[in-house]
Amino acid sequence: MSDLPLITILTLTPLLGGFLVMGLGAGRWPLARWLALACSFVVLALCLVISARFDPAAGVMQFGERHQWIASLAVDYRVGLDGLSLLLVLLTALVTPMAILASWHIERQAQIYHGLVLLLQAGLFGTFTALNFFHWFLFWELSLVPAFFLIRLWGSPARSAAATQFFVYTMVGSVGLLLAFLAMFLATRTFDFLELAKLGREGALVQALADTLGWRDLTVRRLAVVIFGGAFLGFAVKVPLIPFHTWLPATYAEAPTGVTMLLTGLMSKMGVYGFLRILLPLFPEVMRWLTTPLLVLAVLTIVASAGAALAQRDLKRMLAYSSINHLGYCLLGIFAVLNSPGSASGSLTHQSAALSGVLLQLFNHGLTAATLFAFIGFLENRAGGRRGLDDFGGLRKVAPVFCGLMGIAVFSSLGLPGLNGFISEFLIFQGAFPLAPWAASFSLLGLLLTAVFLLRLLQRVFYGPLNEKWVALADLSVGERALVAPPLILMLLIGVYPQPLLAAVNATVIRMLEGGG
Amino acid sequence: MNAQDAIVKLLWLAPVLPLATGGVCALLKRRHRAAAASLAIGSVSASLLLAVWALAATVREPDPVRHVVNFNWFQAGNAWIGLGWVLDPLSAVMLVMVALVSLLIFVFSVGYMAHDENFTRFFCFLSLFAGAMLGLVIANSLLLLFGCWELVGLTSYLLIGFWYHKPSAAAAAKKAFITTRIGDLAFLLGMIWLYAETGTLLFYDQGRGCLEQSALNLLALRTAGLGVAVATAVGLLLFLGAMGKSGQVPLHVWLPDAMEGPTPVSALIHAATMVAAGVFLMARVHPLVAMTDADIKPTGLYAQSIPGDAAACRPGGVQKIPITPPGQAGHDLNLPVDPNAPGRTTVSTALKVVTWVGVLTALFAASVAVAQTDIKRILAYSTVSQLGFMMLGLGTGGVAVGMFHLITHAFFKALLFLGAGSVIHGCHEEQDIRRMGGLGKLMPVTFSTYAIGMMALSGVPILFSGFWSKDEILHAAHGWPVSRLPFLIAVLAALLTAFYMTRQICYVFLGVWRGSPGNAGDPRKVTAPSHAGRDTSSSGGLPHESPAVMTVPLLVLAVGSVVLGFFGTPAWPWFQGFLLGRRESLELGRLLAGGTLGLMALSALVAGVGILVGYWLYGRRPPGAADESDPLEHFHPAVFSVLRRKYCFDELYDVALVRPTAAFARACHWADQVLWGGAVRAVSRVTTALSWASRLVDEYFVNAGFDRVCDGLSRGGGHCSRFQNGQPQRYLRAIAVGLLVLALLLLWGCRTV
Repeated sequence: MSDLPLITILTLTPLLGGFLVMGLGAGRWPLARWLALACSFVVLALCLVISARFDPAAGVMQFGERHQWIASLAVDYRVGLDGLSLLLVLLTALVTPMAILASWHIERQAQIYHGLVLLLQAGLFGTFTALNFFHWFLFWELSLVPAFFLIRLWGSPARSAAATQFFVYTMVGSVGLLLAFLAMFLATRTFDFLELAKLGREGALVQALADTLGWRDLTVRRLAVVIFGGAFLGFAVKVPLIPFHTWLPATYAEAPTGVTMLLTGLMSKMGVYGFLRILLPLFPEVMRWLTTPLLVLAVLTIVASAGAALAQRDLKRMLAYSSINHLGYCLLGIFAVLNSPGSASGSLTHQSAALSGVLLQLFNHGLTAATLFAFIGFLENRAGGRRGLDDFGGLRKVAPVFCGLMGIAVFSSLGLPGLNGFISEFLIFQGAFPLAPWAASFSLLGLLLTAVFLLRLLQRVFYGPLNEKWVALADLSVGERALVAPPLILMLLIGVYPQPLLAAVNATVIRMLEGGG
Repeated sequence: MNAQDAIVKLLWLAPVLPLATGGVCALLKRRHRAAAASLAIGSVSASLLLAVWALAATVREPDPVRHVVNFNWFQAGNAWIGLGWVLDPLSAVMLVMVALVSLLIFVFSVGYMAHDENFTRFFCFLSLFAGAMLGLVIANSLLLLFGCWELVGLTSYLLIGFWYHKPSAAAAAKKAFITTRIGDLAFLLGMIWLYAETGTLLFYDQGRGCLEQSALNLLALRTAGLGVAVATAVGLLLFLGAMGKSGQVPLHVWLPDAMEGPTPVSALIHAATMVAAGVFLMARVHPLVAMTDADIKPTGLYAQSIPGDAAACRPGGVQKIPITPPGQAGHDLNLPVDPNAPGRTTVSTALKVVTWVGVLTALFAASVAVAQTDIKRILAYSTVSQLGFMMLGLGTGGVAVGMFHLITHAFFKALLFLGAGSVIHGCHEEQDIRRMGGLGKLMPVTFSTYAIGMMALSGVPILFSGFWSKDEILHAAHGWPVSRLPFLIAVLAALLTAFYMTRQICYVFLGVWRGSPGNAGDPRKVTAPSHAGRDTSSSGGLPHESPAVMTVPLLVLAVGSVVLGFFGTPAWPWFQGFLLGRRESLELGRLLAGGTLGLMALSALVAGVGILVGYWLYGRRPPGAADESDPLEHFHPAVFSVLRRKYCFDELYDVALVRPTAAFARACHWADQVLWGGAVRAVSRVTTALSWASRLVDEYFVNAGFDRVCDGLSRGGGHCSRFQNGQPQRYLRAIAVGLLVLALLLLWGCRTV
């Protein structure tokens, strides 16, 4: 059993499941729903098996598979898992069943809907495990297509423009990414991430680019920045980093709630994953040249998105901006890691704290943001699609359990100690402050503004006198409680005892920083 | 394992029991009222037993020693983040105080909240609060302290907004959380900075902790820029956190609004315990805040310049770390102050800031309290003022002075708040002192205990604890080497304290009942329900005395408000000695030394004058009707109006913070819509324009040209096709013509050769 190609099985299961579910006739959508849920649970079980057999002390790629594919292009099918991938694969396996359950009320063409969700999951698994650009890029785009159709076909009224904007925007980023990798392929004749990373670490990548692509009279440095810029664009759009973010609020707001959960919980992680898996190892030098502008962008992302969230009147848009804000902390951590001499042993302590925080923040944000959107979805279902900040009021009176449980998710998002968000934000700031004091200090403003708009959300929706319109609003049903209970319990557990997750990524973090094997 | 080690090992139970109870209560259904109350009271009683055990063990310790248990929490890269708890005199004293006051207030709440529909939820929040507060007190790690600090902030938020249907309560809760969060972020920054410099957040850890000498040396030697030592910068950041929590000016604005919560909450959280957490924090990190260049001492340990020791794995065993009593040049001015002793002349910048902020807060809040009419808001401003006194005591006299006032204040302020709660309960939710009066006869137990609390707060000599603790502060301020001004301001604030308390007690308990019977007090509250599900059938009629479940806690607190003072008199400063790790014996002679008696006389005089003036204005001829204007208003209406409007701080905040934040939010939104969105739209327009251009080129140039070429070709083809029309005659004719031409050419060619 030990030589089963677990990762391939993991990716294929939702892929085949997705096609199977889509193949069911339109009349059998209830079965399709159950089948999709069952499939996502099988995948979750598989993920748990993988995490149980993962060796956290190793820090290298595990469960590796490698098969020659297109020899003339040096393309291999190569996959593997390290702590970073494992964390994101686990998150994907956790959030997908939540999204399926949160979409339980969808009846129109449900077989297509749930089939697409499973395809999306397969795309994510492929993205998080691939080690060769060729099929990594296939999966990267594969995840985009189902997302587009999910938004386009099941979203709220303004979905058409949003879906198109989402698709085109992301495609533009992808084109940059593709061109950058083609350039690197021309220079190095390889698409393999690990080989490219080795070249990048040794500084050979930049030199190879300069040797093969003497493009007009660009200096070596400029050329490297241009190639880096292409890849950067792809990831900056996906995360997103301000000012590459304008597709996000509309998309999150118009997508059906289940899809918003997937978008914010999982697809936004693809961007940060790209920063960690590709940009950081491949272009350490270039990123070090650009640290100051990158840090400025991260701080701008954190503060401006929190500010914009404060101005929103639509709950989904508010949380969409909050999502940008939370991923901004990840980028702050990543960019701060670069802002160190790298020689002093003390800076390794700070760097590893920041990077551990970034990895944990990915997981925490995925969990918390998806749960928060699930709550907004519950509210939307009850209120006939209304989700304005001022549409409610005093709901705690009629829905105390709703208020209490959503409160936990809100405070997790706000970074309250005892819940998961605090640990990762603390680690990021603890690591980033000594490396980039000003950037970290300014970013604290984001934490303050987050508290302001999240508490305003609680106050406007749940506190005050009960809005007469919602006297008959129902509290959470048993099914809804069952949906939010696992993530809420995880938030508490991680907040009190984060060591298992941190231990799983620790060796990976150190290897990433020391640049070993 | 001896009893000492046992209690140290079990100490974690003190916070965890109430926390667990809070968790259980959260799952209880609304109707399980008795279960929730008994669980909460039971768990906090258990915590109290543990606390008393801990205090007894600490007192009996032959040599002053700190017991510390540290353990690893989580790992980040090559470092471990540790947590731990500590049993030393400071934590033992606080443990007992917090557990005891909590227990009394829990019992009181059973009566006070009896008719509330969310009774179960109330005890859930209270238990969570008690657990978090006890955790804060025993924390041996700044990180654990911060975690508990935020949790008490959360429970405070939940409890201020407990009557969530009142918009004012919802707003007050949010205001409290956000105002304190401003301080908390400074706290977080200070903590991170401390970690960056010392590599640990544990206070005491076998010489490697951040409050131990080697780390302190490091912090004093490093500069943060502009010639400020890191120790000062970190100390000031932590103090900003303390200012938020302890309502120091200008971060005090949330505390008076926090009175929107149920009165037991105001007593427990916003008077006795949580708001004192800032003072406690300053006491805990006092070695750091007081650090100056003069305190740098060589240690056996190599002062590590980089974080690294955090990598060491810590076992969970009990460490014993001796407490060294501060020497002549130590951090704390020895008590009683001897002006002839070689006193300390260098005071750290951070401590100077603590002192000045504290004393200004004390005066500011006392002056506002003079003009307020809400019984709880007067007490709230009084709390702010007393917290200022504590900060002043910490800044000028060190840990013992500040902490002594913290403990005595906890008792008499909890007593006053519970008394106010009893009054409000008896007057059917009336809070305006102008609509009270004459309650002395109607509520005798409440009146007598309230009077004890009032005299303790005003500093009535000898018998009351507040006199002794405030006297210590004045004493320390008097001996402060930097400036004499804080002492003078503090005396003025003490005078005002006695005055506003007398004013309040005259309004509430003397004279005649001015409330309207049959109406639940303030007409505002008739339309806006003040308490959900509160039994309103009893409203109407004259005020009544509260049930025993509410008056017994009052009596216990009243005893505490008297007795506690005797543990810290100048003649026998047992409390101060205990905290500093010394044994003090009774020496009446100390009363006579160094002007001690003179200051005591001054302090007594100040209290007497305040009370007399108050009585002369309000007690001699109590106001007869509710709408009668305040006697002070006649003296100087303008000043009085400024005081009543609290120096317009709320308006100031609105202009300086709230509106700019809203403007900033709008600006961010605008940038999103217009700037970034505009850029994206511009790109998309340009792209669309380009595609149109490309289409035009395609249609009119490329396509048209192509068509023309095609036309030409087909026409040419048409011409050519005529050569291939399939008529042999035509082909033969062409061949014949060709042959003829060839022949002619050949002939022409031969001629030339």
